[in-house]
Amino acid sequence: MSLSAFGLNLLIFLPLVGAILVWRTPREREDVAGRLALWISIACLLVAAPLWYQSLSAGAGTIAEVKRAWIEVGGRSKGELIDGLRISWHVALDALSAPLMLLTAILVPLSVACSFTAIRHRVNEYYAWLLMLTSGMFGVFAARDLLLFYVFFEFTLIPLYFLIGIWGGSDRRYAANKFFLFTFAGSVLTFAGILYLAIRGAQLSGSGVVDFDLVRLSVLALGGAGLTAGEQSLLFLAFFAGFAIKVPLFPLHTWLPLAHTEAPTAGSVLLAGVLLKLGTYGFLRFSLPMVPNGAMEWASLMGVLAVMGIIYGALCSWVQQDVKKLVAYSSVSHLGFCMLGMFSLVDYGISGSVLYMINHGLSTGALFLCVGMMYERYHTRDMRKLGGLAKEMPIFAFFLVVFVLSSVGLPGLNGFVSEFTTLMAAFNSPLVLGPWFGVFGATGILLGAIYLFYMTGSVLFGPYKAPADTPDLSAGLSKDLNRREIAILTPLAVLCVILGWAPRLVTDTLDPLIQAQVLNRVAAARQVNEAMAATPTQAATLAAISNAGAAR
Amino acid sequence: MNAGGFSVSLSLLIDPLSVLMTLIITGIGFFIHVYSVGYMSHDEGFARYFSYLNLFVFSMLMLVLGANYILMFVGWEGVGFCSYLLIGFWFGDNANNDAAKKAFVMNRIGDVGFLTGVFLIFITFGSIEYAQVFSSAAAMPAGLAVITTITLLLFIGATGKSAQIPLFTWLPDAMAGPTPVSALIHAATMVTAGIYMIVRSNILFTLAPITMEVITYVGVATALLGAFVAITQNDIKKVLAYSTVSQLGYMFVAVGVGAYSTGMFHLITHAFFKALLFLGAGSVIHAMSGEQDIRKMGGLKKDLPVTYLTFLAGVLAIVGLPPFSGFFSKDEILAKVFEHSTVLAVVMVITFMMTAFYIFRMFFLVFFGVFRGSEKQKSHLHESPAVMTVPLIVLAVLAVAGGFINIPETLFGHHALANFLEPVLRPSLAIIFSEEPSHATEYMLMAIAIAGTLVMFAVAYSRYLTNAHVPAASEKEQSFLYRLSSRKGYIDEFYDMIIRKPLDWISSVLNDVFDKNIFDRIVNSVGELVIAGSGAARLLQTGKLGFYLFIMVAGITAILFLNFMF
Repeated sequence: MSLSAFGLNLLIFLPLVGAILVWRTPREREDVAGRLALWISIACLLVAAPLWYQSLSAGAGTIAEVKRAWIEVGGRSKGELIDGLRISWHVALDALSAPLMLLTAILVPLSVACSFTAIRHRVNEYYAWLLMLTSGMFGVFAARDLLLFYVFFEFTLIPLYFLIGIWGGSDRRYAANKFFLFTFAGSVLTFAGILYLAIRGAQLSGSGVVDFDLVRLSVLALGGAGLTAGEQSLLFLAFFAGFAIKVPLFPLHTWLPLAHTEAPTAGSVLLAGVLLKLGTYGFLRFSLPMVPNGAMEWASLMGVLAVMGIIYGALCSWVQQDVKKLVAYSSVSHLGFCMLGMFSLVDYGISGSVLYMINHGLSTGALFLCVGMMYERYHTRDMRKLGGLAKEMPIFAFFLVVFVLSSVGLPGLNGFVSEFTTLMAAFNSPLVLGPWFGVFGATGILLGAIYLFYMTGSVLFGPYKAPADTPDLSAGLSKDLNRREIAILTPLAVLCVILGWAPRLVTDTLDPLIQAQVLNRVAAARQVNEAMAATPTQAATLAAISNAGAAR
Repeated sequence: MNAGGFSVSLSLLIDPLSVLMTLIITGIGFFIHVYSVGYMSHDEGFARYFSYLNLFVFSMLMLVLGANYILMFVGWEGVGFCSYLLIGFWFGDNANNDAAKKAFVMNRIGDVGFLTGVFLIFITFGSIEYAQVFSSAAAMPAGLAVITTITLLLFIGATGKSAQIPLFTWLPDAMAGPTPVSALIHAATMVTAGIYMIVRSNILFTLAPITMEVITYVGVATALLGAFVAITQNDIKKVLAYSTVSQLGYMFVAVGVGAYSTGMFHLITHAFFKALLFLGAGSVIHAMSGEQDIRKMGGLKKDLPVTYLTFLAGVLAIVGLPPFSGFFSKDEILAKVFEHSTVLAVVMVITFMMTAFYIFRMFFLVFFGVFRGSEKQKSHLHESPAVMTVPLIVLAVLAVAGGFINIPETLFGHHALANFLEPVLRPSLAIIFSEEPSHATEYMLMAIAIAGTLVMFAVAYSRYLTNAHVPAASEKEQSFLYRLSSRKGYIDEFYDMIIRKPLDWISSVLNDVFDKNIFDRIVNSVGELVIAGSGAARLLQTGKLGFYLFIMVAGITAILFLNFMF
């Protein structure tokens, strides 16, 4: 096993082992739990950073891969599985996973650090769940076996369920249950799709072994003998059920504002920063490459939902009085841009979409951190009860404004690049979307400015206003941000600026991968379709198929 | 950056046009920085003020120096944001914050248009670099629908940034910021970005005659409306703000009739005299301990001699009396418009006359007559320190002499500015063949304009000096027209009614009805259905775990079986 492959496994297991250690810290030494968790998460970051650096030169290939038989059931001949079921521990790292894993590795230490003063009961359990969640998130981005992916995908629900349910706000039980059941219900359908795909895969390849390996299954759609258009279409819907709820795509978003408002700050940060990306990542990693025909068929509808989400999320944000809920609805709007770019099926649209995932993780994660810091002092998130905080907390005001600007896509900060590329791709996508998608999507940048500046204005500016007996500094906080809090927000602000001027750090490495895994397949699928539609003779179809095969 | 088939370079462009803009920004910017040192000396946000102001200069330079539309947009949004910061500089007051927010949002409306225009440019030309876009465009025939659409979209952006109808209402509110900011951002530089953008993209606009017509009429209408509203304003900065709206209208008229260099000429002279007027107003406000109402001023010329004299230079320049700078640029606009349409020229002359009236009205009310403020203000009256008066003097010189850079042949000049800009405008000049109007016509137009101005001077003189009229505070005895003007044409109320209120209502409905009662209700009812279903099923069940497992396995088997069958 190469060093990077070892590192990849380490990313999944280190937090898991860490979780057990943290959980077992003696109750009388609770204060150690947070520190320990922080060091473990920093260790993860130190592992993830060099892995990401390697991915810069990965091209379309992988830089680390581990494949071991995990579950193998069935008849064997000479030690080889000849029929039955094979699920492997197949994890890999490529240009698409690497930036998302790095994002996770960056956000986890920050979420741990932001909980030091906020979480004051059942402390060791809390950090243990947080580390479990980390392990699951790394696993999802690394998994290259569909069943393994599904395991991790579902696994992330459990820690977050407890994080919301135990350390959440007043309505935490309802929020946790809803979050769990809603997302779980969707992913059950995805699970059905995965099973179907694997079994069909075994049939088509004439092997008796039902293998869940992504590499094997992702070529099924290519070539005439593969999945039929009808099957692809249904499979797309099955994946859609799980991923779209996760994103969340309008109108499947109602769990999100609730979960966000009730979750503790760290939960919200990771939920917005990473877990929502599991949905968009799922579409990009699985739906588009495995069922390109189905994706093309539904792309226009996806575009419509994305645009509706952009506008709907923005309008709902506008009328919220709770700052956290406002930011939560803004995620609905922002993720709409992300989906819009992806389903433009244009190269820079998809790159922009991945960039959007990263940028949204940074800026929205940071906004939740800011809201949390404010809440710790003032015990309210109601904009009607707050005002003029800029006078009292100038450093806080500075950071909040930076992240708001990143969120509204001010040029020079990261949000602009991804917003611009996704919108332009939608505008310029002749096959599936078109100018109107771009135009309607662009209203989102106007509405974004309205609701975010409304929020900034009422919280930061105007005459000073705060509930009685606040700010509450009993947990050892200072009036303005303290050193720890500044240290949490600074890296995010720096990254927002860096990615605003050097988005190529992310997009350059993505291009070959997107070309190979998504666009070539979509193009090949279209070729086959067109050939079939235009000349239904067998010869032409076969020619198209061989072209498609070459694109593989 | 670079993403797939789309790339943007970080390259800058130096040509006569960008050099000209850079000189204005850094030149006037410098004097306003100096002035601000005095003006803001008592403010606790001194350092914050200068960091915002410098961020603005950076963004503005990015806007004019960028070599493609994305960099222009980077600057374009950047200046909008700095303007937001500076309008809301004194954030303790909610009115300032509302003004700042309004400015940003109205600009964003324009930006959506601009951005969409840029998308369309990329689709049409396959690039957003100026060099490629303009050279491909030059080979295209005039009147293509796509070019018309692009230019109209870009023009929407310009109406936001340069405060034209329908997106102009933010500019008067923007006067909430410190006065030097109004001078730099809301008079001399940022608001002229729209003109710069059009002159930069001149070939695209030249190829779109429909857009040009739209620009001309919007410009004329804005010039007229701005002047009309300015007549009754009593806040010294509001008068100047509406005057800026109106003057920007002049510039749009000029570029709208294809006289790009004339538009730039007026941009330059206006930058000089309007910055001067704003700084002068700042000096007055400073002396009056923050008072901005001209009804409470009067007779200030003896207490503020330097401010008075420099302000006078600005006044003479803006009303366009020879040989002050405004005379040359304004009359060039009039000459170009006259070639285009006589009716529009008449409207422009009326606008000139209204301009002369409101400017003299303000001037007389502020500097002549008796002092109408409180005793406390009176005892505090003082001339501003040298750090503020020296920039005033320099700008006054520029306002007086600025017109000499582009003297027409009629007056024995050489159109120096037009020749300087010729390389940038060459592709358009090849298409628009414009005949110089005969000298007789030009002399006639000049005479009409000067006569109109002098008439208005006399009217204002008799009303505000001879009769010492002071605008009344109550609205009752005022005519409908007066109220229409003093209430700014009721446009804010109108926008509130047709845009903000419906949008507010839709948002609440979406949130309260759709989100809470429809989407969420559906989701919850799925859950309730399951609970109800299991409640019913529970009656049939024994409660034994084994039985549940059996049912589960049987179910999965059934699904798999069905899958294999079909």
